[in-house]
Amino acid sequence: MLTSLYAVLFYGATMVLVAGIAYRVWQYSTTPAPLKIPTTPAPLTRGGVAVRLAREVVLFESLFKANKWIWLFGWVFHAGLLLVLMRHLRYFTEPVWGWVVLMQPAGLYASFAMVAGLLGLWARRIFVPRIRYISAPSDHLMLALLIAIGVSGLAMRYVARTDIVAVKAFFLGLIYFDWQPLPADPVLLIHLTLVVALMVIFPVSKLLHGPGLFFSPSRNQPDDARERRHVAPSLTTPLRAEAGAKR
Amino acid sequence: MVELKIRQPVPGEEIPDPAAIPALVPGAMAHSRPYLASPEHQEAIGFPGELVDDWKERAIGKLGELVANSRALRVYLDTCVKCGACTDKCHYFLGTGDPKNMPVARQDLLRKVYRRYFTFAGKYFPWLVGAEDLTEEVLDEWYSYFHQCSQCRRCSVYCPYGIDTAEVSMAAREIMDSVGKGQKYCNEIIGKVMKFGNNLGLQEKAHRATLEDLEEDIEDETGVAVRLPLDEKGADILLVTPSADFFAEPHIDGLIGYAKVFHHVGASWTISSYASEAANFGMFIGSQDNMRELMLRIRKAAEDLGVKRIIFGECGHAWRAAYNFLDTLAGPFDFLDRRYPVPQHICEYTYDLIQKGALNFDKSLNDDIRLTFHDSCNVSRASRMGDKPGGQYEIPRAILRAVCNHFYDMPADTIREATFCCGGGGGLLTDDLLELRIKGAQPRMRAMQQVAQDHGVTHIAAICAICKTQFAKVMPEYGFEMDDVVSVHQMVSNAILLDGQNTGGEEDDEDGEDGAERAVSGG
Repeated sequence: MLTSLYAVLFYGATMVLVAGIAYRVWQYSTTPAPLKIPTTPAPLTRGGVAVRLAREVVLFESLFKANKWIWLFGWVFHAGLLLVLMRHLRYFTEPVWGWVVLMQPAGLYASFAMVAGLLGLWARRIFVPRIRYISAPSDHLMLALLIAIGVSGLAMRYVARTDIVAVKAFFLGLIYFDWQPLPADPVLLIHLTLVVALMVIFPVSKLLHGPGLFFSPSRNQPDDARERRHVAPSLTTPLRAEAGAKR
Repeated sequence: MVELKIRQPVPGEEIPDPAAIPALVPGAMAHSRPYLASPEHQEAIGFPGELVDDWKERAIGKLGELVANSRALRVYLDTCVKCGACTDKCHYFLGTGDPKNMPVARQDLLRKVYRRYFTFAGKYFPWLVGAEDLTEEVLDEWYSYFHQCSQCRRCSVYCPYGIDTAEVSMAAREIMDSVGKGQKYCNEIIGKVMKFGNNLGLQEKAHRATLEDLEEDIEDETGVAVRLPLDEKGADILLVTPSADFFAEPHIDGLIGYAKVFHHVGASWTISSYASEAANFGMFIGSQDNMRELMLRIRKAAEDLGVKRIIFGECGHAWRAAYNFLDTLAGPFDFLDRRYPVPQHICEYTYDLIQKGALNFDKSLNDDIRLTFHDSCNVSRASRMGDKPGGQYEIPRAILRAVCNHFYDMPADTIREATFCCGGGGGLLTDDLLELRIKGAQPRMRAMQQVAQDHGVTHIAAICAICKTQFAKVMPEYGFEMDDVVSVHQMVSNAILLDGQNTGGEEDDEDGEDGAERAVSGG
């Protein structure tokens, strides 16, 4: 019963997540960008744009220019999350890939960093009046959700250990459509329920901000308006006949 | 409202940090709103005369249409995570403390409505994600606060996703125009360009007389017959410059500078009376239709006059529109000589000549001036000069250094891509927004006060007609004189040595105290 419930939840959540992201990416890529609006100074070539985007993705360059505290907490959280997700690959692969085995300790430290980063971001949201002013309830709840996921995960390692061999069998079973029993361990169930909630909320919320960067015209356009005529799909037909014609 | 008068700064006196973050004062600028456009001004440029009965449905429909047709708007409305990086970046926030002048809060005025009607979360859980119905109060807030954004893009530099509040405020103004709630200043001016060819409503005869008077003035002063040709068919270069250059101080001294440069190298050039305006307020109101129509005038003038190149005079947003949008909206310009960039900036032109050693200067003629340079926002963050990124910062400075012995930059976090707006850009250069303009100028003025104190700087040079008019108006509030703002090409004009020029006894021109007020509308 429990196993079936969580199996269905994870299948459903995965579909929502994948379909939601795919829909958003499709929507962004099919919406026209009628004018050239890179924030300058901008790279002059597509290759330069790739480097600019890479610096934004890896280093959060603009955020670094803006505010060192937000950058520190935000970067530590995201880097921590990345390592934690990589560490979790061991629950979905058999045999476990060599590099995943090697990075297990790093993933563990990263989980503390991730939670610390989130707490820092939340503290700013609560204590900095400017950021408190712009925060909606959902902004707080999402931080709470992520922190709860991180803390429940850490709890399974340090407080109430769970049967991770069985957990792994459950997830491999989901992948190969050969369901295996899920341990009825409260902390594990809390962790997994919150993850399902995150997967469902992700595509319909601000959490889906990653793709936005790649489609942001102020960042992804090369500064080449004079070298290459930018023709926008929505403007290939004249908007009005001629200058002054209507007068 | 102005605490500082530091024309002669006391050594050691503490000048506040230009970027100092104020305490939040909710509602501090809620009363600020520009005059509404009259029905005739609205209708002349294709908008309903007054607020239509079904404004709410039409506004929501228009928002949907804009989102569907602008990847930028869609991504910007979706992607913000409320991280707070932009919250202390807007000069209007720094100058007023009104939290709705924080870029993210300004965007949210539109975003909350977008969420309510166009997103899953906002449709079903509005209270959770801060989604709100479009009501009359919301529309009034839009009108107030989207006319407190100068579309300077400073926030977009710092946003981790490049979210540009300028795009959001342009969209909001387009929506308001489409339901009949337009702004008088912008819409009246666009109508004037459509009718007369320029923001000032200056007609051909008066235009010609003005230029002839100027020619006489230059000849009286220099002894050289420098021409300011109008509508000369077959000229190589069409100069498109903000119409303030024909009337206002210090703009007009910049125009004289361009003319002297052209004269010195024997260039064949002309101004057009049909397209006698570089400014394009269609951009400010987010109306591609109007922006395009104004640009087609420039295209038609270039074709009719048979020119080979188009050069733009000193104007910030005009350069953005020309550099980035002209070819898209009014191109292709196959009939021009493609060996030259289309379009070209007058600073690029002058800089190239300086590099070639084609111009002679006596820098000491500017020795009474200790100068700093204001990077205009649309040049700095929305366009380029030259063939390298950042050329828009280097080229004007290189020109100024070539013509002036005493040049000092303002603090690094207030110039180049971090430059603070003059406080009057984006269609806000109107007297009904004077309080906003004065407060919004505060970060820039404090930065200037700092170089005045540290280096004895006396003047600020600008390459934008709006910046020049705004500075002339607000600088007295901050302890400077209204004529402490100069055009870049005014500095060129002061120092250039024309062949056959009178020598001696004219290093200091004492005019120009009374001109600046004439061109409040001069984009």
